[in-house]
Amino acid sequence: MPSPRYWREVPSRLRLEAARCSGCGKVNYPARPICPKCHSKESEKLTLSKTAKIITSTVIHIAPDDFLFEAPYAIAIVETPEGARFMSQVVDCDPSSVGPGMDVSLEFRLIRKEARSGILCYGFKAVPTNSWEAQK
Amino acid sequence: MREVAIVAAAMTPFGELWDRSLRQLFAEAALDVIKKAGVDHLDSIYVGNMSGGCFVGQEHLGPLMADQIGMAGVPSTRIESACASGGIALRTAYFEVASGASDLVLASGVEKMNDGADVTNVLATAADQELEVYHGITFPGLYAMIARAHMEAYGTTLEDLSWVSVKNHRHGALNPKAQFPHEFTLEQVMNSTPVADPLRLLHCSPVSDGAAAVLLCPLDQAKKYTDQPIKILGTGQATSPMALADRKDPAFLDSVQLSAERAYSMADVGPGDIDVAEVHDCFAISEICCIEALGLVERSQAAGAAASGLTAIGGRIPVNTSGGLKAKGHPVGATGIAQIIEIFEQLRGESDARQVQGARLGLAQNMGGSGASSVVHILERIE
Ligand SMILES: CC(C)(COP(=O)(O)OP(=O)(O)OC[C@H]1O[C@@H](n2cnc3c(N)ncnc32)[C@H](O)[C@@H]1OP(=O)(O)O)[C@@H](O)C(=O)NCCC(=O)NCCS
Ligand SMILES: [Zn+2]
Repeated sequence: MPSPRYWREVPSRLRLEAARCSGCGKVNYPARPICPKCHSKESEKLTLSKTAKIITSTVIHIAPDDFLFEAPYAIAIVETPEGARFMSQVVDCDPSSVGPGMDVSLEFRLIRKEARSGILCYGFKAVPTNSWEAQK
Repeated sequence: MREVAIVAAAMTPFGELWDRSLRQLFAEAALDVIKKAGVDHLDSIYVGNMSGGCFVGQEHLGPLMADQIGMAGVPSTRIESACASGGIALRTAYFEVASGASDLVLASGVEKMNDGADVTNVLATAADQELEVYHGITFPGLYAMIARAHMEAYGTTLEDLSWVSVKNHRHGALNPKAQFPHEFTLEQVMNSTPVADPLRLLHCSPVSDGAAAVLLCPLDQAKKYTDQPIKILGTGQATSPMALADRKDPAFLDSVQLSAERAYSMADVGPGDIDVAEVHDCFAISEICCIEALGLVERSQAAGAAASGLTAIGGRIPVNTSGGLKAKGHPVGATGIAQIIEIFEQLRGESDARQVQGARLGLAQNMGGSGASSVVHILERIE
């Protein structure tokens, strides 16, 4: 990843910064120039909570080259209490135990090493709050 | 706008075609169409292609392909909309003829996926790089998430998904152009290698090479080129948010619904009028989501439609008589045109063992990414 891109992505990717639309209250993550719901251009900055719930998920068995040695790994769309939805790996658990409805906390982790440059790319990964069995 | 017809169609077989390059695949399909129609010139060419650049390092396909078929000089443009590139190439060609700007326009699609590229990585360029691919998602992974959301919301089962593959392989077994023209049992599908839970190998379209092309002209000139022109009655295109997380409901493909509404309204028909359909079954779950968003079956019947025979040849609304992307193969940029060819042949009564008797109205739906773009065409047999 070229370093300018790296710096551009710091607020959303490394600090979980989002924007709450002043028009309709929708939380957009990352921030956008215009709200996709009400088209307002006004918004205020907001930092997302580090907890979320899984909306849907999968376990990747056949991975792209950069993630070859990590498969099988779980990955999910999660929703924070503010209503922001985004994709995140789910780690520190048996991938096959991950599923919709599960509570997770968001932790700062290494996401990938980018192929040719080998640059370390960071971001947030989800960790189940309790074991799935305990949640049920 | 003028009325527009398709007068000739041709495609290469789909499969791992190690002996043919990107340009050779295109030339094979394009020259065959030109020969069938007996034309000596074209006014314009559209080449649907997802990623010549990433798959084989070749961009700028417009002039390259025109030159390959001896048409250097003719306007020729590459159209990209991921896996919907072919369908949107057709739509663009349609408007060029309908507007009166051109009379003879070639709409084509081509992809060479088997040439050493990291296919999983290249396909993922059709998803959101910053928000999705960064975290290690793959294309099968995105559709797996759609599948799990559908299971969660509507009780769809792994068996429902598997029946889609069984049905499409039954159809594909009757298609000599198909990449995998053989049947699989339900057990084989359900026990195939896991790709992205809950999707297994036999729920996924394969990695394919191939090309397809059709020739368009004004309907009132069509009889010069064929006895049986097929009219393009409606076209509709739509987008929805690129990232799955930004959709209202990850189990529903709103771009498919929106593109269909537009095509139905232009054609002045409804889903109940359609006799045969090709839909974008890149994964088994997408056929279920598409037939429900297209309105071809009730939402409550969509998941079980393949198992109940509703969408099989002989059923109320046969879907993917070609074998679909699953069995026929999915050279991404060529798929949208290949779907049109299946409908074209069905409406002309040329589908042999796959023929849907008396088919008069056909629909083809082609989508890109995890459903961020969708294009629908409705074709009509004219008496
Ligand atoms: C599912 C997928 C990952 C499998 O790739 P793979 O693990 O590299 O599989 P291989 O190529 O090693 O194939 C293994 C065997 O299964 C067969 N096979 C591969 N894909 C198949 C499929 N989809 N259906 C039936 N058989 C298939 C191969 O012919 C091969 O058989 P062989 O061992 O007898 O030669 C790959 O086909 C894929 O990525 N498909 C999705 C394509 C896609 O996303 N398209 C865009 C969608 S919009
Ligand atoms: Zn808003």
